[in-house]
Amino acid sequence: MTPLQSADPAFAIELQGITKRFGTVTANDQVDLQVATGSIHGVVGENGAGKSTLMSILYGFYQADEGSIRLHGRAATIRNSADAISQGIGMVHQHFMLVGTLSALDNILLGAEGGWRLGDSRYRARERLRRLMDTYRLQVDLDAQVDDMPVGEQQRLEILKALYRGARVLILDEPTGVLTPQEAGQLFAILRELRDRQVTVIIITHKLQEIMDVTDRVTVMRAGRVVAERRTAETRREELAELMVGRPVLLQVDKHRPSEHAASHAPVLSVRDLGLVDGRGCMRMAHVGFDLHPGEILGVAGVSGNGQTELLRTLAGLLQPTAGSMTLATGNAPRTFTPQRWLDADELRGLGCAHVPEDRLSEAIVKNFSLQESAVLGYQGDHALAPRGWLSPRHLRRRAMQLIDAMDVRPAVPTLRTADMSGGNQQKLVLARELARRPRLLLVGQPTRGVDIGAIERIYRELIKARDAGTAILLVSVELEEIFALSDRIMVMNGGRVTGIVPTAAATVRDIGLLMTADALPQDLTT
Amino acid sequence: MEDIWLMVLSTAASAIRLACPLVLAAMGGILAERSGIVDIGLEGKMLAGAFAAATLASQLGSPWLGLVGGMAAGVALSMLHGVATIRYRGDQVVSGMALNFFALGLTMVLGQAWFEQGGQTPALDAAQRFTPIDLPGAETWARQVPVLGDFYRIVLSGHSVLVYAAFVLPALISFVLGHTRFGLRLRAAGEEPNAVDTAGVSVAGVRTLALVATGMLCGAAGAYISTAQNAAFSRDMTAGSGYIALAAVIFGKWRPQPVLGACLLFGLLTALEARLQGQSLPGLGTIPPQVFQVLPYVLTVVLLAGFIGKATPPKALGRPYVKER
Amino acid sequence: MSTTISNGQGALAPRPQRIAARLPWWLTGLVVPALQLALALGVASLVVLLVGESPLATLRVMLTGALDPANGLASTLYYATSLTFTGLAVAVAFHAGLFNIGGEGQAYVAGLGVALACLWLDGRLGAPAMFCVAVVAATAAGAFWAWIPGYLQARRGAHVVVSTIMFNYIAAGLLNYMLVSAIGSGGMGTETRSFAPSAMLPKLHEALAPLGIVLAPSFLNIAMLLALLCAAGVWWLLWRTRLGYALRLLGQSPRAARYAGLSAASLTITAMLISGGLAGLMAVNDVYGAQGRLVLNFTGGMGFLGVAVALMGRNHPAGVLAAALLFGALYQGSTDLQLDFPRISPELILVIQGLVVFFVAALDRLVREPVERGYLAWSNRQRPDA
Repeated sequence: MTPLQSADPAFAIELQGITKRFGTVTANDQVDLQVATGSIHGVVGENGAGKSTLMSILYGFYQADEGSIRLHGRAATIRNSADAISQGIGMVHQHFMLVGTLSALDNILLGAEGGWRLGDSRYRARERLRRLMDTYRLQVDLDAQVDDMPVGEQQRLEILKALYRGARVLILDEPTGVLTPQEAGQLFAILRELRDRQVTVIIITHKLQEIMDVTDRVTVMRAGRVVAERRTAETRREELAELMVGRPVLLQVDKHRPSEHAASHAPVLSVRDLGLVDGRGCMRMAHVGFDLHPGEILGVAGVSGNGQTELLRTLAGLLQPTAGSMTLATGNAPRTFTPQRWLDADELRGLGCAHVPEDRLSEAIVKNFSLQESAVLGYQGDHALAPRGWLSPRHLRRRAMQLIDAMDVRPAVPTLRTADMSGGNQQKLVLARELARRPRLLLVGQPTRGVDIGAIERIYRELIKARDAGTAILLVSVELEEIFALSDRIMVMNGGRVTGIVPTAAATVRDIGLLMTADALPQDLTT
Repeated sequence: MEDIWLMVLSTAASAIRLACPLVLAAMGGILAERSGIVDIGLEGKMLAGAFAAATLASQLGSPWLGLVGGMAAGVALSMLHGVATIRYRGDQVVSGMALNFFALGLTMVLGQAWFEQGGQTPALDAAQRFTPIDLPGAETWARQVPVLGDFYRIVLSGHSVLVYAAFVLPALISFVLGHTRFGLRLRAAGEEPNAVDTAGVSVAGVRTLALVATGMLCGAAGAYISTAQNAAFSRDMTAGSGYIALAAVIFGKWRPQPVLGACLLFGLLTALEARLQGQSLPGLGTIPPQVFQVLPYVLTVVLLAGFIGKATPPKALGRPYVKER
Repeated sequence: MSTTISNGQGALAPRPQRIAARLPWWLTGLVVPALQLALALGVASLVVLLVGESPLATLRVMLTGALDPANGLASTLYYATSLTFTGLAVAVAFHAGLFNIGGEGQAYVAGLGVALACLWLDGRLGAPAMFCVAVVAATAAGAFWAWIPGYLQARRGAHVVVSTIMFNYIAAGLLNYMLVSAIGSGGMGTETRSFAPSAMLPKLHEALAPLGIVLAPSFLNIAMLLALLCAAGVWWLLWRTRLGYALRLLGQSPRAARYAGLSAASLTITAMLISGGLAGLMAVNDVYGAQGRLVLNFTGGMGFLGVAVALMGRNHPAGVLAAALLFGALYQGSTDLQLDFPRISPELILVIQGLVVFFVAALDRLVREPVERGYLAWSNRQRPDA
């Protein structure tokens, strides 16, 4: 790649007024973005902030409803990914677009073969690729099969692929999600090399440390809008965290002080040294330990992707940990589970616990079932439902009506197809279902994701009510307001580890934001 | 001793001839499935090809025109399969099955209506068929050479041209898959269609081309059965060999050379069935012919169950490609 | 208790709006299949034209032959009975997310089971007892033949579709061998001896004659009632029992099934057992009730046709009954064609069958999407602020 001429304009990318709507949802709202040529620019924000949509528009997957794009000073239209590629935009997706059974070289050639005989194409490409690899210090074993490559090398392959096609702008979507810290460091070195050679790099991420480590400028997005732009050298993680999650708590829920319950009673759930290494060898959770007492809500805060999901699903019996233990004291005698013998969803319920999953649509309800059938999901073995051995619609309807009444689920039509309910009502149904048996322990994730405001209020009320009745609740949420509104104590996770457990009354958003980007606590802290 | 040797050779020759349609159809099956489309409709395409080839050969007098007709019939059915599965994202198994029924019925109905011989097409004379070819010297000096000469004369020589073509085919398919642009895109489409799409190549286009090739090869397989192996089309003459070809594709793990081996094995089983009819083998007694008939299927199931190695299909096999956003 | 909530809720993850599913059952369950059927028959008509006959005349002969009580109605019902069993088998498996194309093979093995039981016990048991034994033998044998592919899928990941296809052919070979070598009655070896009349229940036309009801002689027998019972039973199983709930849950959402504490492996095996048992009952209709002996290829393709019936009936027992009746009529009607249209072979039914399956299942979206979109557009115009 020849270095750019000095006549090239200062900005590689200029987006003005980009707006994109999907039905009633506005994913991007009048977004302006300027990326200087030969710089590393970060776009940061929470899930749903709109950064992925914006990059998809830049790469041709979507067309913006309003707004304009300029590439290197010239107006551009990008109708599809082929357009984007031909105009010098390359993208490294979060989930790699690589064919595992092919070699690295063949993956690069796919779509850019330059002739029908692969033998010739491969020969010609090797030379060019060697030069690219040397120039940008991107080492990839061209003849290795992609499936056999470590993740870091696969990512380098994706970058090489983009460069081979002449990318002058490289977009990386959540690049370090699957990398070890060492691999991340290597990636950053490559990105700096690219920048020094006038390749423009855009990183989409929600990890603030990344921004601080490698970017020159950063744009913060929230709720589809750009809320701030900074030079990285002139800001701090804490400021970015605050900008990302919004203003401090506006949500107030009347909570009785839990003094009669928490801490004085023996813990219902004790987790010690819990760890999970996934199939690819990535650490997802390590040395997680805490106690949960009856009548308290422990909120698990942290930017998504830092182990909270794994923690929740492991405790719910849907994931198998690789280390540690959990002890449930919900029955007559405490039961301890270790990786050799972990519990499953059935046992969880049998022990008087309940689980509201983060992913409502694919797990907690069944879209094509009727409301009353979703209302018994997980409890279909209940004797009360089938007194004479068969599931009578009358009993199903009765159970459904009980749940509908308990949480004001609308519309109160038990035969309605679950998919036709609004997200808020679906969630209310799920919560009613899980709370109906007065569980001693409730595991709940993202209780108000995709839920309208009226339902949110009801859900909060019910959670507090359950807590007051003695249920121990573990609440995982990426909404910091929610954590503050509901929790008695807040446990913060970062990078799969617990970085702090603090009483809510004594914490501010700033404190939590700090903890969300901090390093792990020493292991012996468990309360 | 001499007799046994000759018997072995003639069984081998028979196995080769029986394997030929399997090889042609199985190569077609490989292309379809490696591109990501499940195709259990090999049987129907073979039948259609057989009927078309026999009809055209008898009416126009040339087996080559019959071959072209057979391939065209195969392609026609393939395109129906393609429209349903690619354009309309329909269930690939059901589509293949439906087209098998359709082809089975259509060939019988048209055969009966046009020729009124109980579903058979008019018998073909030698000029209208693919006749065996004697390789140079097979009938002359090969008779003088011991052992190898007999091998040359009986096993290698005396097959029709389609057989020789079928045995060159796997190497050709290997080359196409591994060393051409089309093969690269085809393989990628069957493993990771997203990667193909983001590289700017049309997944639907690649898969459609693959299905065209499948149709041509299965049609040719059918043409072989009706104009080379036999001298007319008769009802349901493929008798399940399309499914044996499918079993060979799976048994050979979707790679041309192992699939060729599987086809030869299955062809051998059929040849042995005829050869050992009613004969008692030492220690085993008389093996019922049905054992040979079901052995290809049993072996495939054993492989599927993972008892003799793993059968890993192309990753995207059977899933209609929807652009993920 | 007071709550005030900020509007800090972010935009939802973007997803293009899909067609909402506010569609009446009669649209998806009747209108769309009817249109698809019409398309299939339309193309079949082209084939008939190609052969030089009139499609309308052909259709008329087929339907009158099939539905005339004095003529072919009983036979239509007889075929519909077999199709009900095989259709229910496929439907149950589909609800659990499994594609069981092995009905043909399961029926073969069940036939073998029935034949063995009858050949062994027909001298010793009266008709009612023999019938019960036959039912048990058929169900057990069919269930067994489906159990193996089910087990292989559940425990070893072998795809049910491919393995059931293989098992169809293995069953055919097994049956062939048994008839030729073991239980055949000599000669060509394609059938067993007839079972003792004392162990056979009368056919329906024989049973109804003393009551004054005259039916044309046919193979229709008590298995028809069994089929109706099974249809009701399948409905009951799927929508009124916990097992049925679990099966449907597995088919709808394996993730939710796991969340609910269910085991996908054991549910898969159970589904296949039930499915195989139902398919096997077809042998009671044919081997016991109709032929009174085991004949090679007795299934006549009914196992495969069951897939068409299930797909057309949208996997609901009521739909399966309707579709079984339809295909039974077409099947019977096609045998009537021989008289009036000697140039059209009865295999026209295969053409129709293939086309129906193609349009109803494979090309489903071709008809479904425009119809659903049209309906939604029309109903949205009625209520602009839906």
